[in-house]
Amino acid sequence: MSFDALALRREFPLFAAVPAPFHYLDSAATSQIHGAALDALVRHESTRRANVARGTYRLAEAATAAYEEARAAAARFLNAADAGEIVFTSGATAALNLVAGAFGATLQAGDEVIVSLAEHHSNLVPWQLLRDRTGVVLRFLPLAADGRIATEALPAMLTPRSRLIALTHCSNVTGALTDVPAVVAAARAVGARVLLDGAQRVQHGPVDVQALGVDFYAFSGHKCYGPGGVGVLWGRGEALAALPPVVAGGGMVGEVTPERTDFAPPPQRFEAGTPPIAAAVGLGAALDWMAGLPWPAIHAHERALLDRLLRGLAGLPGLRLLGPADAAARHPIVSFDLAGLHPHDVCQVLDRHGVALRGGNLCAQPLMRHFDVAGANRASIAPYTTAEDVDALLAGLADAIRVLT
Amino acid sequence: MSEEIYQQAIKELAQAAHGAGRLAQPTASVRLDNALCGDRVTLDLRSEGDTIAELAHETRGCLLCRAAASLLAREAPGKSADELARAHAALTALLQGDPAEPLPWPALSIFAPVRAYKSRHGCVLLPFRALREAIGSSDRTD
Repeated sequence: MSFDALALRREFPLFAAVPAPFHYLDSAATSQIHGAALDALVRHESTRRANVARGTYRLAEAATAAYEEARAAAARFLNAADAGEIVFTSGATAALNLVAGAFGATLQAGDEVIVSLAEHHSNLVPWQLLRDRTGVVLRFLPLAADGRIATEALPAMLTPRSRLIALTHCSNVTGALTDVPAVVAAARAVGARVLLDGAQRVQHGPVDVQALGVDFYAFSGHKCYGPGGVGVLWGRGEALAALPPVVAGGGMVGEVTPERTDFAPPPQRFEAGTPPIAAAVGLGAALDWMAGLPWPAIHAHERALLDRLLRGLAGLPGLRLLGPADAAARHPIVSFDLAGLHPHDVCQVLDRHGVALRGGNLCAQPLMRHFDVAGANRASIAPYTTAEDVDALLAGLADAIRVLT
Repeated sequence: MSEEIYQQAIKELAQAAHGAGRLAQPTASVRLDNALCGDRVTLDLRSEGDTIAELAHETRGCLLCRAAASLLAREAPGKSADELARAHAALTALLQGDPAEPLPWPALSIFAPVRAYKSRHGCVLLPFRALREAIGSSDRTD
């Protein structure tokens, strides 16, 4: 089945707005917003703007219905058992912090949370804060030389005090996919829960949380062709129901007296205050759009571009690839060191070629230390990426070597 | 354009790495990071009265940061704290598009093309900020 990336590109307003040459290779940081998501957001703000789950007038009813339909879209995208398992947050970071706060509140000093050394800071620092606040023990899964999480080490690490394993589904640095079945099997053996940070996985197609067998899943709207300022925490029904609220306010309560408060069931228990309504509606449209895409053909397209990129990078002097050399073991996120040149210098030169490339520590300093680099260059491929984008990157990198040395 | 930024003078200054290393007996030491990019300057200072007698640094950073640190180490010895503060202010003004005339150190002009790239200003200024902190901490210990 063929896939026309150029035709898809025309569905993204930004590509018509930015003058050529423009080669966007930073979708791992923020993907471009699809026209359907943008239209849904604008339409909602233009025609149905009202607070949700409060008013009884028709406009408020329409706003609530749109918001709840977005929740249903997120549930379909994740194959959640029930839309009530979807909590809207401000992003993946907020979703991960929500679990750290709420699940963390159920833990005792000495209980163990396991993360890896490959985590984005947003799935590391919340757990450090929890550890420092409560005496929970934070343990680290080691990494293989190529940066993959050594999940085979997990069974020997787990103890009866292991309560949660919180890992990235897909590394934001190497694109490496975590061996989720191995993690879930190990977790079940000791009764631990599993949280996946799906921020880098969701832009590559729908996810089946029931098939994965995990307990919590977090992602951001701005990384899957939706608006910024919205994200999702999915929690298995009974897992969410067992958690206390961490942020309090309107909309998450039952009866409130001066002495005490009854809390609403999930998901409202975790959505205090006015949620990001229009952004959620836009995200729902993005997720519905994604659900209708020909993913096998898109994956073949992305894989062809990944192979083209890896082949081209291999021909550059002094290039060191960070992450698995096997394209099958990763999503199309490629980080590399270019002859020791500083990533910000490289990215500056690439910008002159119209190539938007990310450079820096990529919010993953422990993983940078693992690779013994201060920072890295990162190119990320999305369905709208073309061979011309990859070729422009490769030409720009060759020029960067010339300019910077 | 990036080639204007990465002119030969900047590459040569970074390559020369004036003052690279640590001092055996500094009167002040400061380590400063640029959170945006992870650049790090560790700067040692030996003052004699109000004058910088020696300056050394270990700089892990981009070409712009390394060139600025190298320039600073070349120019600072023998200068007073006030003179260094004026150079820092002149460089800041240069990056903001309002350069002092004449520049206290003519070589500062090599950073003029960075003005258009606000995200890189911090790279150039990091060694100067480290020196300012070192002088401040040196003052406090006097």
